[in-house]
Amino acid sequence: MAGKTLNLTLRVWRQKGPKDQGGFVDLQAKNVSEDASFLEMLDAVNEELVGKGDEPIAFDHDCREGICGACGFVIDGEAHGPMKSTTVCQLHMRNFTDGATLTIEPFRAQAFPVIKDLMVNRSAMDRIISAGGYISQNAGNAVDANAILVPKADADEAMSSATCIQCGACVAACKNASAALFTSAKISHMALLPQGQVERKERAIRMVAAMDAEGFGACTTTGACEAACPKDIQLTNISRMNREFLVANATKREKHSDGGAG
Amino acid sequence: MANKLDSKIPSGSIEDKWTKSKFDYKLVNPANKRKHSIIVVGTGLAGASAAASLGELGYKVKAFCVHESPRRAHSVAAQGGINAAKNYQNDGDSTYRLFYDTVKGGDFRAREANVYRLAEVSANIIDQMVAQGVPFAREYGGTLANRSFGGAQVSRTFYARGQTGQQLLLGAYSEMMRQVDAGTVELRTRREMLDLVIVDGKARGIIVRNLITGEIESHEADAVVIASGGYSNVFFLSTNAMACAVTAAWKAHKRGAYFANPCYTQIHPTCIPVHGENQSKLTLMSESLRNDGRVWVPKAVGDKRHPNDIPENERDYYLERVYPSFGNLAPRDVASRQAKYRCDEGRGVNESGKAVYLDFADSIKRLGEEKISERYGNLFEMYEKITGQNPYKQPMMIYPAPHYTMGGLWVDYNLESTIPGLFVAGEANFSDHGANRLGASALMQGLADGYFVLPYTLGNYLGSTKLEKVSTTNDAFKAAEHGVKQEISKLMNIKGNRTVDSFHKELGNIMWEYCGMGRNEEGLKKALQEIPKLREEFWQNVRIPGDANYLNVELEKAGRVADFMELGELMCRDALERKESCGGHFREEYQVDGEAKRDDANFCHVAAWEYTGENKASVRHTEELKFENVHLATRSYK
Repeated sequence: MAGKTLNLTLRVWRQKGPKDQGGFVDLQAKNVSEDASFLEMLDAVNEELVGKGDEPIAFDHDCREGICGACGFVIDGEAHGPMKSTTVCQLHMRNFTDGATLTIEPFRAQAFPVIKDLMVNRSAMDRIISAGGYISQNAGNAVDANAILVPKADADEAMSSATCIQCGACVAACKNASAALFTSAKISHMALLPQGQVERKERAIRMVAAMDAEGFGACTTTGACEAACPKDIQLTNISRMNREFLVANATKREKHSDGGAG
Repeated sequence: MANKLDSKIPSGSIEDKWTKSKFDYKLVNPANKRKHSIIVVGTGLAGASAAASLGELGYKVKAFCVHESPRRAHSVAAQGGINAAKNYQNDGDSTYRLFYDTVKGGDFRAREANVYRLAEVSANIIDQMVAQGVPFAREYGGTLANRSFGGAQVSRTFYARGQTGQQLLLGAYSEMMRQVDAGTVELRTRREMLDLVIVDGKARGIIVRNLITGEIESHEADAVVIASGGYSNVFFLSTNAMACAVTAAWKAHKRGAYFANPCYTQIHPTCIPVHGENQSKLTLMSESLRNDGRVWVPKAVGDKRHPNDIPENERDYYLERVYPSFGNLAPRDVASRQAKYRCDEGRGVNESGKAVYLDFADSIKRLGEEKISERYGNLFEMYEKITGQNPYKQPMMIYPAPHYTMGGLWVDYNLESTIPGLFVAGEANFSDHGANRLGASALMQGLADGYFVLPYTLGNYLGSTKLEKVSTTNDAFKAAEHGVKQEISKLMNIKGNRTVDSFHKELGNIMWEYCGMGRNEEGLKKALQEIPKLREEFWQNVRIPGDANYLNVELEKAGRVADFMELGELMCRDALERKESCGGHFREEYQVDGEAKRDDANFCHVAAWEYTGENKASVRHTEELKFENVHLATRSYK
């Protein structure tokens, strides 16, 4: 696994803060081991920058195992870079050619304001979760786990939706910056399980409303999100979300006060 | 001294201790709960489940994390599974057996009462997580599936593909977000705890840095919970995520919380080997691979042939040879040390000579490629992405790496530290794993602490303690804020020549070399000379560009490395004083034929260190461990 090294030119988006204009800066990445990950290549560039007293390129990252969802930016127009089903932390330099010029920029969406350089604020996605992306279960007295039977096929499909890592690549890849793939994966996960039935309609209505309120665009089903998703979340989730939302709205009951006499 | 380490283990039989405690604990009436505020630092399994439960009970909770979202905490990366004594398989599991396995697996260096409680609530954890919608693997009949894991002879591990940690964290995170929506939990992301504030001898608040704006904030509360994870990143290269640090726990230690068993680190045997100078972290390959993979090295020293060209009779399947009854499923510490021995003999593979083979050829022949791919497909793909090699066609290469830290802040049975009102949960405390952690037990502990222990013990503290009102204008807050600001400006003003990472790497090398898989007196003494020198250079020569009053990643890293240097020294001192081998702590002087030799007569205790001031030696206190239920015995896997 050893040996070859690459020399690359990086056109990196540098932006001091949310209000700063920002722009591309050319940097050289020299003698990059083909065994290094993309982020390790950036680490080396950063070490050089810091050595010169310059500020390193800021980017989000944490587990570097493709599971925490922290990392992600756009390489040559593609969220998480050119490899299918791969987060940028799991993208390795052997997939690039010596002498190439790579353009690196942050995920761009109105709902994801840039914090610095390649780092964006994705807390809008947390707010979509707090609007209903849960099953209400107080701690301490749940029934025995096997009292809730779940058909294997349903459990597997729910699991496939639940593998979303909330990285935001779907939003960045979408021309409308829609968060439909993310939101629908969450809605699907719970709609497929018996535990999720009680709050199913309320959840769909509230999460879709939260998604719209955060300034994400509308879904026009181009499929760019699915293509960019590092975890292979399927477009069928979006169809399911739309169905859930329609049914929930069509059968919505007006809230009424349910206070009782003491 | 002795009275500070009161473990508060309840009286009565091991089976009744927790039930009795729950009845004896003071309660806080529902109308009074909202008058109490609690700070939770860290939002992984332990922190998120604690924040969710406490918020749900009605307390006012403020939760803090360094990440942009709580769902990115490192608990997310756990692959294999979570144990619970459900006995769904009818294979003889019980609370007592899980308790027994965990005490033995920790090499008799954990507290019996805590471990029993962990086993007792394990079944509730599964119920709770299933009810919250965690999509665990299922059988065709709709019931939950189980698999087996190292250190156990029963199938008690529940799993969600290779993403159990992620799914459990999403469960705890979503419950916490439900409380955020309900207004009981206030969430502050991208905040790093930089000091603990003590008023009248009790933990009453924290100082944090807003990582985006650089602002220093004070937050007050009636109690503080630290659930900030482990410190394996002291080794620089580890399986921990990049932001894993000891800082929150270390600052609490400097304010008076004892730090217990710092030398206990778990080295995991199946990681992808180091590939070069620029490597930033190590990636774990799930322990479950050892169910079907055979571990070997060439018999001959310096055999550089391609593994597929080495005939069967020229291979040494050393785990099967040395441990015929456990074979490739020997526990983590044992398997790790064996890999090191083979590489030390010069029979390691890879260019570095620091790797052994994990070979699936026999299993593929026996079960077919399809079956193997069904079992481990995602892991094989991950391996190929990282190494560029196809593990279906040639053996994987693996090498041990630092993974989990069993040491942490000392806590009593109530998870309360030596500072009243400071509670510690999950990997950040020392309590349940002894000297070694079995697979699938860390997730269990995080959720047990957060969902099922703290809601009771914290309530007891609040219900039985007189707390004056404090505000962040109090002198203690002002002084702590001032101290934090001074330390930051000190770091920023060094303007030296070396990067933070270069110091971290050097520290990591010292720690791995002298306080890693094997330790000896000479090496530890050497490390204790080198670390202070490195620390001195750090404070004179580190270079942090930019400004402290906005996002500054180098400044964040520098603060963490400064704390790692102090911790690293304490780890070496702790390892030096513990003149025995147990679990993951292997003192080379104390062994029998390469196996750890415990000294129960002199070291059957927890070592808890008291901080006494800058550049002063810490003081070692001990808590005797009593084994009344699982009798002290030598672990043998032969």
